[in-house]
Amino acid sequence: MLSLVTIILIKSLIMILLLMTAAAYMTWSERVLMARMQLRLGPTRVGTFGLLQPMADGIKLLTKERFQPAGIEKLTYWLAPGISLFTALFVFVLIPIGGTIHIAGYPISLQIADVNAGILFILAFSSLAVYGVVLAGWSSNNRYSLLGGLRGTAQMISYEVPMGISILTVILAAGTLSLSGIVEAQRHHWFIWTHPISFIIYLITAFAETNRAPFDLPEAEQELIGGYHTEYGGMKFALFFVAEYINIIAVSSIAVTLFLGGWLGPWDLPVIWFALKILPFLFLFIWVRSTMARFRYGELMNIGWKVLTPIAIINLIITAYFTLV
Amino acid sequence: MRKTLSKILSMMQGLFIVLKHAFRRPITLRYPEEKRELPVRSRGRHYLTKWEDGLERCVGCELCAIVCPSQAIYVKPAENEPGDVHSHGERYASDFQINMLRCIYCGYCEEACPTGAIILSNEYELSSYTREALIFTKEQLTEKNPGDSGRDPSREI
Repeated sequence: MLSLVTIILIKSLIMILLLMTAAAYMTWSERVLMARMQLRLGPTRVGTFGLLQPMADGIKLLTKERFQPAGIEKLTYWLAPGISLFTALFVFVLIPIGGTIHIAGYPISLQIADVNAGILFILAFSSLAVYGVVLAGWSSNNRYSLLGGLRGTAQMISYEVPMGISILTVILAAGTLSLSGIVEAQRHHWFIWTHPISFIIYLITAFAETNRAPFDLPEAEQELIGGYHTEYGGMKFALFFVAEYINIIAVSSIAVTLFLGGWLGPWDLPVIWFALKILPFLFLFIWVRSTMARFRYGELMNIGWKVLTPIAIINLIITAYFTLV
Repeated sequence: MRKTLSKILSMMQGLFIVLKHAFRRPITLRYPEEKRELPVRSRGRHYLTKWEDGLERCVGCELCAIVCPSQAIYVKPAENEPGDVHSHGERYASDFQINMLRCIYCGYCEEACPTGAIILSNEYELSSYTREALIFTKEQLTEKNPGDSGRDPSREI
């Protein structure tokens, strides 16, 4: 019993450290890649190729003055970045990044918790992520923040629907809600080949769920200054961004797990295959951000409710017909 | 339907245009290490040039000070005494100051000068910690040896 708890704690710790490092280096790679796409150089000064830039940024943000604006709702103001980060990190408890390996005789599964309704749990937690945004916007006593928070709520709730429906087709095909079961069901063919429409819908909603361009309305710098994090500074501000990057990694890993066969691949290289499959998604997020302009708010709602939801429903009905009948 | 399709297509096209640019060479210059090669006729800081024989070109006519739209130039002329000859004319500039904070680098002084004494070089790195240091004196402005400023010392004007 004790050893089980220890193993889980160690796995979680390693996961958190990995994710924090990955988020830090995603900021670096985003800056470099976006700079190259705009014919700039990006960070090159701190360390070789600017590789120490995330550390420098972290030190700068940690040593900043701690301030809070007047008239805020104190508890929620301080809690909101934590909620964002927690919900982002939590998804990785459920995602299998590999099968079972043996270290010093112990069988260790490379998945922190194999919940039998894992995908449902993930959907629930990605819905909770909206609380970080909306509470930050509401508690900081600023109209821009409030508008950003409200936009975030509307956007995340309306994109949750097509996302859930598109994931349902995968569940139908796999016949299980457990993520390791879904990965196992893709041992012979990936679900992206049988459910391409679900994959595309999932990808589009993933952009909206993570508040990334072209769906970055909650933080629209041009209209809302910074949206829900206008009144945040220092490490509290950084937490929102760490959460955003971890969210990007999370939705990419969910996409890999559901559509691209998870950690399975030729030869037995569990974690490596998983990482290799995530990378193109991360690149896609950066690539799209440096290309696309932000959607108008009305367009955003139109796409969500009038385009994606009907297509997802029709897709689900057709898939259900072919799977069950 | 066709409109939507063309919209999606143009989005894809945009993505690939951006990707194409990722493989081009960045145009950024790492400034203190790499410096931009300015065009020859671009206007930077001033120089007071000399003739080939080492005498100053400036004859103290004050035309540059008169034409200067921002009144940045101060010239104090003096007579060339026998045994103390500075220029080929009757007079020379015993003091010559340019306030680089006032100067707008229009180049009118260069055009007005009848002897081609004052020229604008390509040097553009003119910063200092004090205002006083940016009022250039005659010693700072005059080139040490004929041709130091980059202009041919044997030219007519």
